[in-house]
Amino acid sequence: MNAPMKSAARDTRVDQIVKLAVMAVGGQGGGVLNGWIVALAERNGYAVQATSVAGVAQRTGATIYYVEMLPDTGTPPVFALAPAEGDVDILIAAEMMEAGRAIMRGFVTPDRTTLIASTHRSLATLEKVMPGDGRGDPAEVRKAAAIAAKEVIAFDMEAMALKSGTVISASLFGALAGSGTLPFPVESYRDCIRASGRGAEASLAAFELARTAAETRAHDATPQPTETRTRMQGPDTLRRDYEALEARIASLPPEAQDMARAGLRKAVDFQDIAYGGEYLDLLAALAAKDRAAGGEDHAYAFTVNAAKYLANAMAYDDLPRVADRKTRAARTPRIATEVSAQHNTLVQVTEYLHPGAAEFASLMPARIGAYVESRPSLMRLLDRLVNRGRRMRSDRVPSFLMLYTVAGLRRWRRSLLRHKTERAHMVNWLDTATTRLPKNYDHAVETLKIRRLIKGYSDTHARGLSKFDRVMAGSALVEGRVDAAQWTARLIAAALADPKGTALDGALDTVRSFTTKGQKAFEA
Amino acid sequence: MAERSFRKEVEQLRIGSGQTFRGEGILAITKALLENRVGYVGGYQGAPISHLMDVLADAEELMGELGIRFEANASEAAAAAMLAASVHYPIRGAVTFKGPVGVNVASDALANLASGGVTGGALIIVGEDYGEGSSIMQERSHSYATKSQIWLLDPRPNLPSLTQAVRHGFELSEASNTPVMMLMRIRSCHVHGAFEAKDNVSPPLNVRDALSNPRRDTKRIVLPPYSYIHEKEKIEKRLPAALDYIRANRLNELFGPGASKVGIVVQGGMYNAVVRALQRLGLADLHGDTQVPLYVMNVAYPIVENEFLDFCAGKDSVLIVEEGQPDYLEQAFRAILHKAGNRETLVSGKDVLPMAGEYTGRVMLEGVEAFLRRHAVDLLPAERRAPNEPKEALPIPDLTKSVPMRPPGFCTGCPERPIFAAMKLVEEEMGQHQISCDIGCHLFSIMPPFEIGGTTMGYGLGPASNAAFDGGGEKRPISIIGDGGFWHNGLNSSIGNAVFNKSDGVTIVVDNYYSAATGGQDILSSRADNKSKATKHAITKAVEGVGVNWVRQIDRTYDVKKMRDTLKEALTTDHEGPKVIVASSECMLNKQRRERPLMNAAIKEGRRVEKPKFGVDEDICTGDHACMRLSGCPSLTLKMPDDPLRDDPVAHIDTSCVGCGNCGEVADAAVLCPSFYRADLVHNPSGLERWWARVNARAIAWLQRRREGRRLIWSEGLEAAE
Repeated sequence: MNAPMKSAARDTRVDQIVKLAVMAVGGQGGGVLNGWIVALAERNGYAVQATSVAGVAQRTGATIYYVEMLPDTGTPPVFALAPAEGDVDILIAAEMMEAGRAIMRGFVTPDRTTLIASTHRSLATLEKVMPGDGRGDPAEVRKAAAIAAKEVIAFDMEAMALKSGTVISASLFGALAGSGTLPFPVESYRDCIRASGRGAEASLAAFELARTAAETRAHDATPQPTETRTRMQGPDTLRRDYEALEARIASLPPEAQDMARAGLRKAVDFQDIAYGGEYLDLLAALAAKDRAAGGEDHAYAFTVNAAKYLANAMAYDDLPRVADRKTRAARTPRIATEVSAQHNTLVQVTEYLHPGAAEFASLMPARIGAYVESRPSLMRLLDRLVNRGRRMRSDRVPSFLMLYTVAGLRRWRRSLLRHKTERAHMVNWLDTATTRLPKNYDHAVETLKIRRLIKGYSDTHARGLSKFDRVMAGSALVEGRVDAAQWTARLIAAALADPKGTALDGALDTVRSFTTKGQKAFEA
Repeated sequence: MAERSFRKEVEQLRIGSGQTFRGEGILAITKALLENRVGYVGGYQGAPISHLMDVLADAEELMGELGIRFEANASEAAAAAMLAASVHYPIRGAVTFKGPVGVNVASDALANLASGGVTGGALIIVGEDYGEGSSIMQERSHSYATKSQIWLLDPRPNLPSLTQAVRHGFELSEASNTPVMMLMRIRSCHVHGAFEAKDNVSPPLNVRDALSNPRRDTKRIVLPPYSYIHEKEKIEKRLPAALDYIRANRLNELFGPGASKVGIVVQGGMYNAVVRALQRLGLADLHGDTQVPLYVMNVAYPIVENEFLDFCAGKDSVLIVEEGQPDYLEQAFRAILHKAGNRETLVSGKDVLPMAGEYTGRVMLEGVEAFLRRHAVDLLPAERRAPNEPKEALPIPDLTKSVPMRPPGFCTGCPERPIFAAMKLVEEEMGQHQISCDIGCHLFSIMPPFEIGGTTMGYGLGPASNAAFDGGGEKRPISIIGDGGFWHNGLNSSIGNAVFNKSDGVTIVVDNYYSAATGGQDILSSRADNKSKATKHAITKAVEGVGVNWVRQIDRTYDVKKMRDTLKEALTTDHEGPKVIVASSECMLNKQRRERPLMNAAIKEGRRVEKPKFGVDEDICTGDHACMRLSGCPSLTLKMPDDPLRDDPVAHIDTSCVGCGNCGEVADAAVLCPSFYRADLVHNPSGLERWWARVNARAIAWLQRRREGRRLIWSEGLEAAE
C-alpha cells in the first residue's frame, strides 16, 4: 500500500453515512436493539458497522451503542467507531434523562439530529435516596430537546413494551421504523425481529404500538385530571352524615375547597364521621383567622395549607391505620393486578412488620401508656417481649384476624396514648402558626408546611419529629424578620436534603449567625 | 455459565475458504487464531476482552477437534506463564487479558518470556481498556512492550486488519523469537464487520505430541550468564529481525499522496478516528482515500526509523496522533529526527491534541483542524478557513442540574446488596470503620446509596491493602474481596498475608458463585457443574487451609439480620487473628438466566411453581425513602401518589422485581416501615391448596364485609389510579 494515491475532491457520499447512536441504561436490551439495527441494514443491502461498550456499563449505568451505515458499493467505507459531537443523525434515548445526557454531550444538534426518546423515567439512585423529592425535572430535558434536535419523537415507549410483555428495545425499534429516518420498508424491520426467535410475538406487538405512535408523531396523552369525587359506599345514614359534612366545605374560601374535600375524606377514612366534623371545625376556625388576617390577598394560602397538613396531622400513621389499610377488601384485587395474577394462580401475601416497644406503648390507653413510657425498665421488658420482625401471611385467617383486631382498635383510638401525643403536638404547631398569622402571613403559611417533615415509622419517624422540632425552633429564631418565610422554607428544604440532617444543621448555623437571639435562645 | 453465550455465533467459526465471516471483533480474532495454526489458547476475563474468553470457552469443542488446548487461566500471570510452551517448542500460543491491569499482573511472566525468547509464535491479545466505559485507571500498556521488548501491534480497527494482524503477529514472533502483544481497544473488540475467511488449520505440532518428546535448552532460561546474553540478543538479533519482517511485509501502511508538505502519523487503532476527521474536513473520501498523507503504524513498537524518516522527508510538519500519556511515540520521533539531523520537519502532536483523555470525534476534528490551520491552511476548504458567522442558535438550557449521574450499580435482586445494607446498619450502630475494597461487582458499594469503602488497590488485594491497619486498635479494619479476586490472587496475597502477619482485621468474601463482574465465568468455588472445569471448591476450606481459625459461612446473604449480627460478632469477638466471613448467594443475573426458562417450562407443564414479587402499600409508605438508602435496587423506585395531600413521591416496586427478598429483610432488620409486602404467585396450585385458599378467602371476605358495611369506603381512586 506504499503507492501514492490520487487526491480526491470532497466526497459528498461521506455526508450520506447514516450515524445512529443509542443511549441506554444497562439492562434495557440495548444490545438486542443494536443487533436488530445491524441486521436491518444488512438485509437492505447496506454496509454497516456497529460498536458497543460492554462491561460494567451494563449494570444499570449509562451506556452508548453506535451504528454507521451506507448502501454497500462493494468497497468498504471507513466508518467511525464512536459517535462524534455534532455528527449524529438519529439519536435513540431509551430513557428521558438519557436524552438529556445526549443533549449535554452534544450528540443532538438542530441541523441534523432526529431525537427518538422514550419519555418514561428510570430513576437514578441519586434521585431516589433523597428524603424529599430528589427527582430530576424531565420538563427541562423536553425544553432542551425542542431546541437541540431537528425533530423530536417522544412518547412513553416503556409503557408500550410493558403492555406487550417485553422490553423497551422492541418499542424503540418500532419508533425508529415509524420515524421514517431510515429508508427501509417496515416489513424488513419485522423480519429482523422474527429472525431473532424467542419472544418475537411480544416484541412485534410492542414494535407495532411504537411504530404507529411514531408515524403519527404522537405525544403522551396528558393525564386527565382525576375525578375528585370517587365512588363512596356505605350505610345510608353515614352517607347522609357525610354529605352534611361536605356541605360545610362551601363556607370555606373557594381556593381551599378541593383540598378540604380531600382532607375531610382522609379524616373520615382514618376514624369516623365525628372525626371529619372535628377536622372541619378546626379548619373553619383557621379559615376565620385567615380571613381576619387578610387572607384574601394571599389567595387563602393559609387555609389551603391548613386543609392539607391538618388532615395529615390528624390522620397520623399508627398501627391501627396500617392494619386497617392492610385488611381492606380492595387490597386483594389490587395486589393481584400488580403481580399480574391469572385467575388460576394463587396469590399469597406476606407482610413484613416490625413494631417496637414504642409502638406498642402508644397503643395503650393514654394513662397506662404514659406510665410504661416513663419507666425505662418497663419499656425494656416490653421491647424484649414484642420487638421482633413479624412476617404475617395476611391471606390466611389467623394473621388476618390479628391485623383485623389491631385495625379494630380504631374504635378506642381517641383514648390511646398515641392520640394524646399527636393531639398535643398538633395543637402546639397550629398555635404557633396562628400566632404568626397576623404578624407575617407568609411565615405562618411556611410554619404549616413544616408538617411535611414528619414521616415514617419508628426510628424514621423519630428522626422526622426531631427535624420538625429543629425547623420549628429555627423558624422561631427568624420570627419578626421580613424574610422569615423564606428562611423557614429554606430550612424545610435543607431538612429534606439528606437523611441525617447535615444540611439542616448547616442552615440552622447560618440562621443562628444572624439572628440577634443567638445560640442561647435557640437552646431554650 | 457466562453472561453471554456465543454458542450460535461459534458455529460460524467452522466456515472455510471462500466464505464471508460476519460478526464481532472478538469472534473474528478467534477465527483468525484457528486459521493460523494456534496450538493452545488461554487467558483471563475482564472488560473489554471478557467476551473473547467466553467465545473461546464456547468454542472449546471445536478447538478440541482441531487439537488445540484451551485453558481458562486462574489469572493473567498464569495465562502469560502458559506461553512458556512456546519457548522450546515450535507451537503457536495465544493468551488474552485486559490492559493495563492484566498486563500488570502478568508482567513477571511476560518479562521472563521476553528475556528467553520464543521458538513458537507467542501472541498476547490485550484488551486496552482506555476511554469511555472503562472501569480502571487510565494508563497505557505500551510501556510494558518497550521495557520487556515485546513487539506491540496496534492494528486498524476493522475485521480484515485485525485478522491479518493475528497472522502477522505469529509470524513476526517466530521470525524474531520475540513474543508479540496485540492491542484491541474497547470498541474494536465489539465492532461488527465482515472478512473473507480461510480454512481452519490444526497445529502441526500439538501440545499432546510435544509432551511425548520433551525439549530443553538451558540457554533460554533466565539465569546468569544467559540473562545478560538475552539482553544483548534482544538488541543484536531479535530487533533487526523484527524490523526486517515489519518492513518486508509492510505491516505499517501509507495512505494518500506521496508529496505533501504535511502528514499525519497515527497508531493503527486510531486510524478510523483520523479518517473521520479528514472526511469531515473534506480531505478524505468515503473509503479513506485522503489528501493528507498518512503513515499508519500498525506496529507501535518497535518503531521502524527509516520508514518514519522517509515519511518525513520533504514535509514541513507531521502530526502524531497518539492517544493517552506519556507521549512515548512523540518523544521517540523527536529523538529520531534529531539524531538523523532532520531540522526541517516540525513535530506536532500533544500541542494540538490533548495530552490526557480519550480522542473523541470532536477532539480529533479540532486537533487535526488546528494542525492544518497552523501548517497547511491552504488544504482546508474555504468554509473552514473563513467560516460564516455562525447563526445565532437558541441557547440550550443547562441540564447539569436536572440530569442525574448514572454510574453503574448493583443489578436488580443482587445478593451483594443485603451485605452492604447490613454493613450500613452496623455502621449506624458502631460508627464508621476503615474499609478497603477489591475489584469486582462489590465495588459498586462505594457509590450511593451505600458509600462504603475507601480504597481499591487491585484484584485480590482488598484485604492486603488493609495490612497497615491490621495490628489492632480500638476498631477493627474491614476489608472486602470478591470470590473472583479471592481465587485470582487473594487467597495468597490477602488471606495468607493476614494469617502470617497475625492480622486482627475482618474480611468479607463476597461469594456470588461466579467471576460476576467480568461476565459470570465459572471459578473454583462456582456451584455449577462444568464439563471441562473443576468447580465446587469451598472458599471456607481454602481459608481454613491457610490458617484462618475464625471463619463463618453465610449461605443466604439476603438474611440481613444474620449478616449484620455475624459482622458485629467479627468486629467484637475476643478471637485473635484474621476473621473471615464468606457471604454466599448466587449472582442474580446468572440465576435468572438459569432459572427463568426452567420455571416457565415448569409452569407450562403444569407443575407447581412459586414466583415471589415485592410490593409497597402506597398509602402506608410515607415517602421518607429510608428503604432506598439501604437498597438502591433498580426495581425499587419512586412514584408520585395521586393524592393532593401528599408532597413527596412514595416507594414503588416496578415489574422488574425478581423477589429476592432484600426489601422485606431490610424493612425488618432496620425496623423501617410496614409498607412492604411479598406476593407469592403460585402457579398450578394443588386442589387441596386451592380449596384451603378459598376457605381462607371466604372467611376473610366475610370479616371485611362485616366491617366495611358499617363504615364509609371510597372505592380505589385514592389508592390506585385507573
